Amino acid sequence: MTAWIVALPLIVPIITALATFFLGPSRFTRLVSLAGAAALLATGVLLLGTVWTDGIQVASMGSWTLPFGIALVADHLAAAMVLITGVIGVAVAGYAVAAPDRSREARGYAPLFHVLLLGVAGAFLTGDLFNLYVWFEVMLIASFGLLVLGRSTGELVGGVKYVVLNLIGTLLFLLGLALLYGVTGTLNMADLHRVVAAGEASGSVVPAALVLALAFGAKAAVFPLFFWLPASYHTTGFAISALFAGLLTKVGVYALIRVFTLVFAAQSALTIGVFWSVAVLTMVVGVLGAASQGEMRRILSFHIVSQIGYMIVGLALFTPLALTAAVFYLLHHMVVKANLFLVAGVVRRLCGSLDLKRTGGLVKRSPWLAVLFLIPALSLAGVPPLSGFWAKFLVIEASIDAADYILAGVAIGVGLLTLFSMIKIWNEVFWKASPSAMTSGDEWTASRGVGTVALPIAGLAATTLLIGLTVSPALTLAERASAELMNPAGYVAAVLGGHTP
Amino acid sequence: MEVWTSMAIAALVASAVYLLTDRNLVRVLLGIVLLGNGVNLALFLAGDLVRGAPALIPEGAEAPTGMGANALPQALVLTAIVIGFGLFSFALSLIYRTFRQTGSINSDDLATAGDGDAASANGSNVVRPESAERKEAA
Repeated sequence: MTAWIVALPLIVPIITALATFFLGPSRFTRLVSLAGAAALLATGVLLLGTVWTDGIQVASMGSWTLPFGIALVADHLAAAMVLITGVIGVAVAGYAVAAPDRSREARGYAPLFHVLLLGVAGAFLTGDLFNLYVWFEVMLIASFGLLVLGRSTGELVGGVKYVVLNLIGTLLFLLGLALLYGVTGTLNMADLHRVVAAGEASGSVVPAALVLALAFGAKAAVFPLFFWLPASYHTTGFAISALFAGLLTKVGVYALIRVFTLVFAAQSALTIGVFWSVAVLTMVVGVLGAASQGEMRRILSFHIVSQIGYMIVGLALFTPLALTAAVFYLLHHMVVKANLFLVAGVVRRLCGSLDLKRTGGLVKRSPWLAVLFLIPALSLAGVPPLSGFWAKFLVIEASIDAADYILAGVAIGVGLLTLFSMIKIWNEVFWKASPSAMTSGDEWTASRGVGTVALPIAGLAATTLLIGLTVSPALTLAERASAELMNPAGYVAAVLGGHTP
Repeated sequence: MEVWTSMAIAALVASAVYLLTDRNLVRVLLGIVLLGNGVNLALFLAGDLVRGAPALIPEGAEAPTGMGANALPQALVLTAIVIGFGLFSFALSLIYRTFRQTGSINSDDLATAGDGDAASANGSNVVRPESAERKEAA
């Protein structure tokens, strides 16, 4: 029975992808796509509920004895990530229903969308390192397709950069995997933990650890491996960029957290030093990059990079509180970032451009959109009582707790610069009068206003508000996830059945 | 045997890195292919090389007898080859398409070609002259 619960978040997107593929583009297909995303959300809720009451769930695919088969493992972190994936899936599918992008749909948007969700959910749930590689590839090929679906020159050029750099990252992952297999002889993550912790590896695991850190770092877009992200995210469709912003880099962060708490649990000074400098540089370089940009989606793209730095702080400090902060930040950030990219889509429709020189006047034309922008924007900057405040608060508290005042100072400073960027967008897009060069909104706007497109945006904004106002459920979840990460014995026992050889 | 394979991997990766630094995107792509082959060989090597002993279970036996080849890296490499081939085909068609649309496969030319708010150019419902915006962004 439990096997089904763990496998459901994979089965649902496969079925939806096939259904939308055979149905072809139509209004009905959009609804099927939305229903599929809602079903994924429901399986996420079911999974998290089961993990919450019964602890870590394990399913061995094909009923092989572990560690020889491929395990799907759902602990608190994995289940919560699947749940948030469902939330973003529903919001983006809802956006696609309200503001359909017909030319992209005709080229297969909906099936690729669900294959991407499949890859992301698979990456969160797998307990096997090679299987993680396969899910990364599933996710990657779907994202390649989605990114260039519009076939414009901008998309193709952004796509080339994205494809080349991600292919190299993927090959590094495979190389790290080979090095790790060479010295340990296993790829099951729980078994890897046992072998590495018991010192049974036939050689040093440090090269493998560093190559894997490099590979996941490239996926997570940390300094200095982030250049593909601001080069590509702003070129594609709005629903697609919201999906990427919410999910893709976060899979890299998840893989970093998973591998560096479970497999390489014994932290050396080397990895802590690497993560510390990466966290600081990612936060600072990302936010400074954003400050120099003058296009809404580019600003937001650089902020993704900057925010990833906050999550890496968890690995740099490696205390229970720091990991709690990282998990909380991860969950909060996915919701907020997808939300802001969807808002950018509506702004584009209302103003005809995202260049901050050409936008303006939206606070009068669409006050509700202004409110819906302010909630995630202030949440991103860390203004109480929104979820971003608690996320930043936890990161800073963890830094001060570990007597790392440099890290705390950087986190506070970068938070202020984030607020500066958000105010810049607010001033240029909403507050200032609309520039004379700007033509009034297109017919879509004139006839229907913001309309139903506001629903998914409002839903995500409500989520960040809810997380912020009732902080204790999300915090308890993050604390439980962090406790599991800090003490992998429970995970190992659940996978290998307690009778470890 | 291990030494020779290691040297082959080193040669593949070194050539790959050289090609990856090129401005011509086709050469970059060939670099990725070489890198992929080098990594696949490394994965194969990680499972220890055994000569002349296929990973087969003799008739009547339940498990491999004696010193056979490790079947797991073979399966992993096979998977990686298939995935790599798919990604390579996609990347090749993407570069070809980019060449047809921009007339260049030089990464320096492309660095500026895609700037501007391109989302509208083909995909979204909004139809608007973009040329002025492009110039400004460039």
